[in-house]
Amino acid sequence: MTTASESLCMSFARLTMRNVVKPTGSLVPILIVVAALIVVWYVAAVLMNWQGMSDFYQRTDVTGVSFNQQLNDVLNAEKPLLPAPHQIVGEFWKTTVEQAVTSKRSLVYHGWITLSATLLGFAMGTVFGIGLAAFIVHNQAMDRSLMPWIIASQTIPILAIAPMVIVVLNAVGISGLIPKALISTYLSFFPVVVGMVKGFRSPESIQLDLMRTYNAARFQVFTKLRWPIALPYLFTSMKVGVAASLVGAIVGELPAGTSNGIGARLLAGSYYGQTIQIWSALLAAALLAGALIALVGLAERLTNQRLGARA
Amino acid sequence: MTALQRVLAAFASGFALLALIFDFASTEGAPLPVWEFPLVGVFLVLGVLSLVRFRVKISYWVDGVLAAIGAVGLVLALETLQQAEPGYWFALVASWLFAWLFAERLALAIARDEVPDAVGVLIPAIFGVAILVAWEAITRGGNVPKVLLPSPSGIWETLIGNIPRIAADFQQTFLKAVLAGYALGCGAGFLVAIAVDRSPFLKRGLLPLGNFISALPLIGIAPIMVMWFGFDWPSKAAVVVIMTFFPMLVNTVAGLNAAGHMERDLMRTYASGYWSTLFKLRLPAAAPFIFNALKINSTLALIGAIVAEFFGTPIVGMGFRISSEIGKLNVEMVWAEIAVAALAGSVFYWVVALIERAVTFWHPSVRGGRA
Repeated sequence: MTTASESLCMSFARLTMRNVVKPTGSLVPILIVVAALIVVWYVAAVLMNWQGMSDFYQRTDVTGVSFNQQLNDVLNAEKPLLPAPHQIVGEFWKTTVEQAVTSKRSLVYHGWITLSATLLGFAMGTVFGIGLAAFIVHNQAMDRSLMPWIIASQTIPILAIAPMVIVVLNAVGISGLIPKALISTYLSFFPVVVGMVKGFRSPESIQLDLMRTYNAARFQVFTKLRWPIALPYLFTSMKVGVAASLVGAIVGELPAGTSNGIGARLLAGSYYGQTIQIWSALLAAALLAGALIALVGLAERLTNQRLGARA
Repeated sequence: MTALQRVLAAFASGFALLALIFDFASTEGAPLPVWEFPLVGVFLVLGVLSLVRFRVKISYWVDGVLAAIGAVGLVLALETLQQAEPGYWFALVASWLFAWLFAERLALAIARDEVPDAVGVLIPAIFGVAILVAWEAITRGGNVPKVLLPSPSGIWETLIGNIPRIAADFQQTFLKAVLAGYALGCGAGFLVAIAVDRSPFLKRGLLPLGNFISALPLIGIAPIMVMWFGFDWPSKAAVVVIMTFFPMLVNTVAGLNAAGHMERDLMRTYASGYWSTLFKLRLPAAAPFIFNALKINSTLALIGAIVAEFFGTPIVGMGFRISSEIGKLNVEMVWAEIAVAALAGSVFYWVVALIERAVTFWHPSVRGGRA
């Protein structure tokens, strides 16, 4: 089992490496690809909704609709199979800017509910992950007994039991933020543990030997050598962790009964066939994920500056 | 003995002594002394006697045997007692501490090469068994409501008693949705990556996007897929396809760049064309990255299929069973499904990992023994 766990650590390191090495000067290609995707989206939206609109005309005995008229109707349908981008953005605008943020119809309100659970879970997961990694690095038995189970814990589709965790905790009177945050914690601690175990182990033996010659205590070695050297690993695993944390919070909002949060919006949208609402909730989730990852990236840059690292 | 071992040993024996002193358990209000459970009694007495370790050297196997006797005795005791009293809990803690002490000393012995490395498999196994024993003891000894946390034995009985239903769910969710979606998603990601790889422009444009998209909560696409593809398994497979596509795309593109310049130049001197370079050099070099994606995707696929079933499904499937049984507060059935899902997820992962070891036998992480 050790070998497999190590290989997962390795693949994780590869994953983080991939995030570190960013291709430079790729803004123009990205924009062009995005533009192409939007065009494809419009074409797909028209193709997918065309038949539905024709059926609608037949049902309501409307005849002699011109091509342009039908195209216009298709792109502004109320419950299209695939809404066009402008409809999604329009709905998003309507539910964020034009609604009071305290309103239940405001995406900002629902986004905040999800975000607070995400952040709480992420914070707990990160602290827990760092603590566990510190234990594992300092104790052979911990390493051998915990690591395989930590790896195995992630092959369990934990998200599938998220609704049960919510319902059961509700049954004992714990409701609201905490259950969702716990699921986020579970999802986000893993990348942090794996990354930080690697990070805490990354000092070279020559550096550890130097600390020995200074007669440094274990705690001093930890704070003065292992911790600073592990910081890059921390930030890359936090980027993975914060994304996982958001997924956890959203899935935690799925069980019936919760009516707040992005996950609840998704569920409500799917019940009532409100495709535009689903897509705008997805857009909100995507923006949240992007913002959270960017924030971690910002924290990383600031920390690096403080530490005097070369950019 | 290290300081930690000394502390563990002292506390383990101390808790054994406490367990002997306090009330052990009760049935219908009448106390049950520890002597009603000979195995536990033997464990506790020997546990206290093990204090001689501070004078005489005791093998760590003694600690292991002690912990095992304690665990077996405590689980057997659950058959007769109705309510565990402080003595029982102290005995449980003592048994845990002996197990920990055993793991601690064994790990040290392995590090000193006194025992073969293969024995190291024992340590995580001990941890797993210890968790199960504590779970069983706490849920049954402490009479925890089943809704909150059913006991492992109860879950096992439910699992055995409902095999036909669970097998049908497994077939619907895993054999149909997960495998189909996984194969399609990974295959599509792989092919698109090879196509994209020929154009540096597309690569620069798609790679950051793919990276970003694979960090998104793609699971949210599930209700839309259910709307498009209906309630049966194709909609779940579609969710799995979308979730597995991007990790595969990004990893394969990264992997195709993994072959070094030296190797590529060598292929050029052999007058090797694009396709033969691809098959003989670049794809093998990309294999570790591709398998990384396959492993990540193996868990994503299971999650995607199960969560997608929360949004609408025929009356079969693991996700459906979980959400409907939780509505009836039939938690043991939910846990049985989760156990099956966990087992399926782990086996899926290990199969991919095994294939990886066979295919990338040349990679340093596989070749170098413990890596």
